[in-house]
Amino acid sequence: MPLLSVDKLTKSFGGLTAVSNVTMNIEKGELVGIIGPNGAGKTTLFNLFTGVYTPTSGSIKLDSDGEVKELGGLKPYNVTKAGLARTFQNIRLFKDLTVLDNVRIAMHQNIQYKLPSAFFRFNKFYNEEESLREEAIKLLDIFHLSHKKNELAKNLPYGEQRHLEIARALATKPAILLLDEPAAGMNPNETANLTETIEWIRQEFKLTILLIEHDMSLVMKICERIYVLDYGMMIASGKPAEIRANKKVIEAYLGEDVSNA
Amino acid sequence: MKALTKKNLLILGAILLTFTVVQGLISVGIINKFYEITIAMICINIILAVSLNLVTGFTGQFSLGHAGFMSIGAYFGAVINLQMESTGGFLLGIFAGALAATLVGILIGIPTLRLKGDYLAIATLGMAEIIRVVFLNLDITNGAAGLSGIPRYTNWLWLCFFTVATVLLINNFIKSSYGRACISIREDEIAAESMGINTTKYKVMAFAIGAFFAGIAGALHSSYFYFIRPDIFGFLKSIDILIIVVLGGMGSITGSILAAILLAVLTTYLQAFTAVRMIIYALLLVVIMIFRPQGIMGTKEISDLFKSKKKDERIG
Ligand SMILES: Nc1ncnc2c1ncn2[C@@H]1O[C@H](COP(=O)(O)OP(=O)(O)OP(=O)(O)O)[C@@H](O)[C@H]1O
Ligand SMILES: [Mg+2]
Repeated sequence: MPLLSVDKLTKSFGGLTAVSNVTMNIEKGELVGIIGPNGAGKTTLFNLFTGVYTPTSGSIKLDSDGEVKELGGLKPYNVTKAGLARTFQNIRLFKDLTVLDNVRIAMHQNIQYKLPSAFFRFNKFYNEEESLREEAIKLLDIFHLSHKKNELAKNLPYGEQRHLEIARALATKPAILLLDEPAAGMNPNETANLTETIEWIRQEFKLTILLIEHDMSLVMKICERIYVLDYGMMIASGKPAEIRANKKVIEAYLGEDVSNA
Repeated sequence: MKALTKKNLLILGAILLTFTVVQGLISVGIINKFYEITIAMICINIILAVSLNLVTGFTGQFSLGHAGFMSIGAYFGAVINLQMESTGGFLLGIFAGALAATLVGILIGIPTLRLKGDYLAIATLGMAEIIRVVFLNLDITNGAAGLSGIPRYTNWLWLCFFTVATVLLINNFIKSSYGRACISIREDEIAAESMGINTTKYKVMAFAIGAFFAGIAGALHSSYFYFIRPDIFGFLKSIDILIIVVLGGMGSITGSILAAILLAVLTTYLQAFTAVRMIIYALLLVVIMIFRPQGIMGTKEISDLFKSKKKDERIG
């Protein structure tokens, strides 16, 4: 069974069907791209996976070590506990908190010490907080952010905020990482860096990654498979080369240059 | 014991010194009965403000019902203390009151904390009104006339003990992973949920902890002022507490402490000018809010002001 199996997933907002009958299977360890024109329903798909929206119909099944879990309709924090973590298209960091706190908050779900240790600062508290801190800094190191750990998230440059969001998502120890346009607003140089980082964390954390992206160079370069959405429907899926040559995809992008990307 | 750091020993020393000096001044009569009331007011208001700050300032849940929890503590404390006139009865009353307030906090928090902003404010206001009406109509609380002749066990020792305990415990909570979970709710609820924080659970937790300490403040109040009536704990009392929190800075514990002291001192000195008292008081609030809308401390603590920017903050 695939790690994530999405079956006939549909989400309607009143008269608008943002995601329509989408079926997809993600194998463990894959890096899969999701592309499509603006308003195609990509972010809505992520919102369905992560419990922000409840599906109108269809199912989202996660295979966690042989135990199959239905994710559709779960609360976001339970989805995160089950092993999905995400970033947001419109960065949603805890802006007025430090870089370090942003990451530490994402580690909270795995905290071992109990409330009494928090109130009375038993040794458990100090020990775990110390290892938590070290772990957080290690994560920040990957994104070259550890020297900024005490800065407020809002004071980071845009590109670093995107990186911090990925670091924060990783801090929840996910099996599947969902990235919603991680390269949006980055210059080609930053995008190249990001591409490398994504590949590196994928190896290092043995992640399965789902990636929404408009930047075709990034998608075509690192994704093993691509799904294409248009008006909520899945119009194509396959290897990058196949997608490039797909007529429907070229039409959907209305002359946007997919074939030469 | 990792808690025995230099900083913590310093704080402990400062607390013991303050306690001893004030106790000494009370014994020799330099602090007379009149000023003793101010001190009691300061301590009780610090407990109330710091606990409300946890809910409103740190977790971002706007509550207008804190006096309701205070009244539960006050009545439990009074009823028990009237039955058991001893320090044991006094302490039992405090803990029973605090636990009862916590329980009510949880029961009321679960449905109301789903609401946001103005709606939550109105719901908590309504909750406090219901609590008030219940006390108004019970026999054991003696209705509108209230309870009187409550034995006085609240003294400087207990005030100091419970104030310090409240500040330390709430500070420890906020600087733990649980506290960070609460703060993340204030910052961005959707992001918090997506990072694995059960926001409803932590809102209710903050609300319950806030209620617990408000209950303690209430019991200390009834055992200091001899008598209580339901209308002492009305809407205006909740507003009074909120003013301290806003004035001190939402999200600053030391801010709440400073503001509680400032307002109590002000009230004491303005007592001589009864007629203009409320006007001066209100004007001062307006002026401070115009020139410093984030409150005296904003979200900073006094210790942050002495911290060099480069230096790494220690665990917490
Ligand atoms: N909460 C909502 N209520 C109503 N309509 C919504 C809601 N969320 C999304 N939509 C609609 O669903 C459609 C798909 O939106 P979605 O954000 O998923 O697109 P997208 O593929 O991520 O686009 P983009 O590339 O611009 O980010 C859009 O028409 C959008 O207006
Ligand atoms: Mg989108």
